Formats: sequence, C-alpha cells, structure tokens
Amino acid sequence: MKKQNVDIAIQAAGVTKIYGNGNGKIVALSDVSISIPANEFFTLLGPSGCGKTTLLRLIAGFEHPTAGTIFLNSEDITNLPPFKRRVNTVFQNYALFPHMTVTENISFGLEMLGRPKNEIASTVDEMINLVKMVELKDRQINQISGGQQQRVALARALAPRPDVLLLDEPLSALDQKLRKEMQIELKRLQNETGITFVFVTHDQEEALTMSDRIAVMNQGRILQIGTPREIYKQPAERFVADFIGETNFLQADVISARDGIAEIALPSGTKVEANLPDGFQPNKRVNIVIRPEHTMITADTDDYALVGRLENAVYFGTDMHYHLILDSGEPFMIRMQNNPEDNIDKLTKGVKIYVGLSKNAVQILRD
Amino acid sequence: MMVNQIDKMGDKNTGNTPTSYELKQKKQARQRWLLLSPAMTLLLFAASGPLLIVLVYSFLTAGDYGGVVWKFSTEGWFSVIWQRDIFSDVVNLSDAHIRVLLRSIKLSFFTTILTLIFGFPTAYFIATRSPERRSIWLFLITIPFWTNLLIRTFAIMEVIRNEGIVNSILLSLGLIDQPIQMLYTDFAILAGMLYVYLPLMVLPIYASMERFDFRFVEAGYDLYANRWQTMRRIILPIIKPGIIAGSILVFIPSLGAYVTPRILGGGKSMMLGNLIELQFGQANNWPLGAALSFFLLAMVMIFLLIYIRLTAKSRNTHV
Repeated sequence: MKKQNVDIAIQAAGVTKIYGNGNGKIVALSDVSISIPANEFFTLLGPSGCGKTTLLRLIAGFEHPTAGTIFLNSEDITNLPPFKRRVNTVFQNYALFPHMTVTENISFGLEMLGRPKNEIASTVDEMINLVKMVELKDRQINQISGGQQQRVALARALAPRPDVLLLDEPLSALDQKLRKEMQIELKRLQNETGITFVFVTHDQEEALTMSDRIAVMNQGRILQIGTPREIYKQPAERFVADFIGETNFLQADVISARDGIAEIALPSGTKVEANLPDGFQPNKRVNIVIRPEHTMITADTDDYALVGRLENAVYFGTDMHYHLILDSGEPFMIRMQNNPEDNIDKLTKGVKIYVGLSKNAVQILRD
Repeated sequence: MMVNQIDKMGDKNTGNTPTSYELKQKKQARQRWLLLSPAMTLLLFAASGPLLIVLVYSFLTAGDYGGVVWKFSTEGWFSVIWQRDIFSDVVNLSDAHIRVLLRSIKLSFFTTILTLIFGFPTAYFIATRSPERRSIWLFLITIPFWTNLLIRTFAIMEVIRNEGIVNSILLSLGLIDQPIQMLYTDFAILAGMLYVYLPLMVLPIYASMERFDFRFVEAGYDLYANRWQTMRRIILPIIKPGIIAGSILVFIPSLGAYVTPRILGGGKSMMLGNLIELQFGQANNWPLGAALSFFLLAMVMIFLLIYIRLTAKSRNTHV
C-alpha cells in the first residue's frame, strides 16, 4: 500500500464485509473504497440494508472487515478495537448511559482517556454550552426530551475531540420540525469544531442540505460519490437518479460522444447535448434522465425537445406538476414554478404539449 | 409514575358525585383484593399462625423432656447469645452460639460470592445468545429443580466421597495415590451450597441482563473505555438491581441452610439451622430453638430492609 495523503481523515480500501457463511451468507459490503478528506461533512446515503451502517460500524471498530483496510489519518486501524480509535459515534438511539447525568455522560470519554480533572471540567462546560444544555446539565437521561438527548449524545461524542465523528441516522427519531433545527445545528457544530463528520442517512433531503459530499450506496456497493449538486444533477446510475428526487427516465440514441458530452437523439427525434458520466463509453442506445424542474412547457412549436399529451395537472402551491404521455409512449413530468400572471394551469386533459429543456438538462446513465 | 398520573386525574374532578371513572377505579380496587384474597388467607393461617406459636414458645420455660411448660420465661431469648455458668451464675457470651452464628454468616457470605462468581458469567453467556438459544439454556438451568433437594445432595455425596466418581477417576488415571478427602469438609459444604443456590443467582441477573441494551457496551468502547472499564462503569451499574436481588435470594436461605451442611459437612460444622434443629431434638430446649428461629428471622428482615434501601436508591437513579 502506497503512502497515504495526510489530509485524508478516513480511507477505506477494498473493504468487504460478509456475515455468516455457506448458503446463509450475506454480503453487506463488497469491495468498497472511499477517502474522506479532513473537515468534510461526508454522507453515506442509501436505503435500509444498503450497507451504510455496516461501513460506519467498521470505521468505528464495532466490527471488523472480512477483507480490505481502513485508515484513519493514514494509520491502519483495521484491527484496532473501538477504544483505541480516535473516532466517536452518535448512535441512532443515542445509547446515553441511563445511570449517569447529562454531565457524567459528556465527561465519560474524557475520563476514560485519563484527562486531568480540571481539563475535563472545562471541556465539558464548553460542550454543554456548545449544545445549549446548561440548565439541564445535572438531569438524569430519562428526565430530558428526545431532542435534548440528541444534543447530549452529540456533546458526549464531541467532547473527546475525535478526529472523525460518526453519526448513525441521528435525526431519524426526531419529529419533522426538530429534525430541521438539528440539521442546521449539526452543520453549525461541524463548522465550529472543524471535525470530519461521517453521516449516515436514508433521507435524501437531509443528505442534500447538509453534506459537502455524498456517497450513494445500494446493495453493499458505492454507486456514486460527489457533491450534492453533482449527485442530483448528474446521477451516473439509474438507482442514484431514482433515489434522489423525482425524475424522468427515457431512452435515447447516441450520435457522437466526446470528453464528457454526447450528442443524442431524443425519442421525438430532436438532437440535444447530454452529459456523460465520468469515463463512460456509451453504446448506441442509452438511458437518460431529465429532472422535471429542468423542463418547461414551450409555446414555440418549432423549438421543442419532446412532445406529448397532458394527462393530469396538479397544483402544489409553489409549483405545478404536469404529467404527460409522450408521443413515443413514455410518461413524463414537467415541474414549473407558478407565476402570478400565469394561466397555463387552465390546460385541459389531452391537449398537445411541447416540452422545452433547460441547458444541460439531459444526463446519460451508465446502466 | 402511573399512580401519580392517576392521582392527578382524580384531582381534576372537583364534583361531589362520583364519576364513572371513579366508580371504575373502585371496582378495580375491589377486584385486586379479590384476586389477592386466596394468597392472603394462606399467608394468614399457614405462615402467621405457626410463627405466632413459635413466638409464644420462645417466651415459655423448657420442659425437662422436650415440649414447654406454660410459664413465662426470657431464658430462651437470653440463651441465644449469653450463657450462665452452672456453678457460679456468671453470665458470659455464649462462644458456641456465636461461633455457629458467625459460621452461618460466613457460609452464606461465601456462598453468595461463589454463586456470583459462577452465576454472573453464566447469566452473561445466556443473555448474549440468540432468543431461541436463551430459552434452551434457561430450561437447562432449571433442570436441578426437578429433583428433590435431599436426593440431589446425596448425589453430590456420591460424586465426591472417597470411593466416588471424582476420586475413582483420579486414582485410575494415576494422578493421585490416595483418595482426596472432599466429603465432610468445608469444600463439600460450599460446593453443595453453590450447586443448590446457583440458579437463584443466575435467574435475576439474567433477567436484568436480558433487558440490558448492549449498545451501551458499544458506546462505552466508543468512548475509550476498555473491556474492564466498560464492565465496571457501564454493565455492572446498570444490572446492579439484578445482582442485588440474586445476592439476597442466595444469602437469605443460605443463612438457615440445614440439609446441605448436615449431609455434606457430616454434622461436623454446625450451622444456625442445625443448631435450631438440635434444640428441638436432643437438647430438648424448645424455647431456645424458638428464640433462635426468631433471631434468624430478624436477621433476614434486616438484610431484606438493606436490600429494599439499595434497590430504592438505584431505582431513583435509573429507569
């Protein structure tokens, strides 16, 4: 293994995790490689059972990989027990110690590290202030609310100043309003502490709003890693496009392809430019994806990309959703913002619709 | 918690006429008493009755050939720890009784420690199995209860006596030339006590361990606690109520243990239970026996009160 870059906080190289053996064996992770730079808010996003929590547990050290290596600050930690890793976890259900107060919970890690008493006291004070729990610091865990427990769990994991903080769906037990607040709070804590966050979630909105980068996972593999924008606008695979946001899938024919851009013919026959995933050599026939909000109803019957008939128009307050059946047979959705002067919502079912596309609206998929 | 809530709900009702809620409450209370009544009746007649007789006997005069003479006397109670010199009437502490008492407490103490040492890992093992496996292991733990205590004790005797299984095997393997004297020693008594009382330690510890959330262990490891620190600072405090319950369940019956020390100790080391039996038998001193019984009961009560104190305290800090 070549020397690792020092600025990489966490690196996983070819990590595989298999549970059980023989017929009952389950491949939880297969040949996963990631590197997470220091100070990044990195999110593992995927449906339940995709292996995101397994990867987190391998980084924490609760389990050990069947194959592969895990590095923390370029040091091989694959076989270290959790208590020898400068990594802390915020557990899904917090796992706060029920026999200790808020303060005792937060100071536990520092005590175990054998820090001097006065240092523990000042760090714990700082943490209690950071998560705004000053009034409740002497409460027992069962005497505080779920949202407050969440803050204590964060403070407890941050107090030892880990190199990396792992968060296992920490917001899933909170109600909608509290979750929104905590999203902002988490982002603030990450900025203020400068600690690398590895955040596990199945909530695409959470992932998009908080992350610096996202890894989308499915069936034990990482499908795509990128910034929220990249993941949303340029999904490389059908699963990624489908998992994040609403989208339209169509098929198209490639006319020509060069560095990242291809000219394709849409089902309507219109020729447009489309983005290619990195290093992908397209065949003639490809799957493409077009986000509904990158499309519009156009009055210009000469310059359109797709054409179809209106099936249904749904009013959503801020936008209108138009569900069409394209002349080539596929369903298609257009999302347009409502303007006060608009009256196109008066369109009736069956009317012919010409669809225009924004620039760079078409993305080619690998699969 | 529940009771508090119900009280508060009651407070809100300021009217004079009973609401349907209050009527329902009364009905429920009546049903509770009805359900309890068979047990209460049994306790009243089968437990308090005989206890009352024992208490009365402890204040009577001993008959010459057993039984009691109906004349008030505190001699029985006096003799629990005091003795009067036959010739000089000088009152001394009764060495023999105090020795028996201390030996009983010591035996109970070591039995408790031993069952804890053996029972804790057992309970931990069972609690960490898959749910189906757990029920199999628990079932195995209860198997000794299927046989009468006396028979089991004789079985142990068969295992450890000089011509028993252990010695025969060791002799035939050539590991020893002479059989090891195990029967009629303190070792035999402790081994027997351990065997008899182990399930009483395992079950309560298992019960609290089963409810224990093993994510706390992961949280401990995650926060730099090694295995020992996690055990001491996280697992033990959380399952403390189970350990205390198990210890009490073992300690209290061990104090009055009779069969095991008698058979496996060969009557050489007298325990409180044997001393009481002696007073009703050969010694023909029923009032002393009765007083000793009550003395034992008082000790048990004290330990139970300590237990209630300890668990009440730990209940305040968790849940």
